[in-house]
Amino acid sequence: MINKLDAALSFHQNALRVRGQRQELIAANIANADTPNYKARDLDFKAAMKNAMSGVVNEGFNTAKTSPQHIDGLPTSAPSPGGAMFRPIIQGSVDGNTVDMDVERNQFADNAIRYEASIIMINGQLKKMLAAIQGQ
Amino acid sequence: MSLFNVFNISGSAMSAQSQRLNTVASNLANADSATSANGTPYKAKQVVFSAIPSKSPDANGVKVTKVVEDKSPPKIIYDPKHPMADQKGYVTMPNVNVTEEMVNMISASRAYQNNVDTMNAAKTMLMKTLTIGQS
Repeated sequence: MINKLDAALSFHQNALRVRGQRQELIAANIANADTPNYKARDLDFKAAMKNAMSGVVNEGFNTAKTSPQHIDGLPTSAPSPGGAMFRPIIQGSVDGNTVDMDVERNQFADNAIRYEASIIMINGQLKKMLAAIQGQ
Repeated sequence: MSLFNVFNISGSAMSAQSQRLNTVASNLANADSATSANGTPYKAKQVVFSAIPSKSPDANGVKVTKVVEDKSPPKIIYDPKHPMADQKGYVTMPNVNVTEEMVNMISASRAYQNNVDTMNAAKTMLMKTLTIGQS
């Protein structure tokens, strides 16, 4: 029963996580706007989202086993971020930095809005569930 | 939680930019210092930024790895009345390029503001996340 409620929310839950990762990458690009030889990075959102939805398990929590009777650590359910890629260069600069501040600001705002959209969707789903449970 | 890491990244960039602003202030303040503690004219200082790894693999913070002295030649002016003038009346002045430093200052302060904005946006997103399921 709880599993079904979980499954209903999982799409936007994954979306929030990937959006969070992307926000972090763009923040790093903005932070490194003046770092020589820094190359701007971004996620392929479609691939990352597909990766997240397919539940690719990464072995993030492997405990050291000193006896065969020890049990494995729980696999973390957090999917791998789906590899960041370098942004194509629009205007190169002399110091080898490829951060274009206009692009980054634009993508940053876009990503933040979409993140909030996912939150609104989740809230809507929760409301629907509540209405179904209460039957009023 | 990756959004919390935005604070670390933007914070590192803010401290790096403020260090850059500090060297600009030092350079501008000493633009006319014909002598310094070691008896030679002041040399302009420049910071060197480099990307440092953060908690997550692809997102890098910023750090000032070193402060280098500007290699450009000192300005030589003719002023026989100056106490530091040599026999021919020339004074060696610091190699601070005031125009360049002003540009550097504006660039540093804009970059700082950008990072403040980034941090605020991440904070708003996290606050919105906290309201999931309320109302």
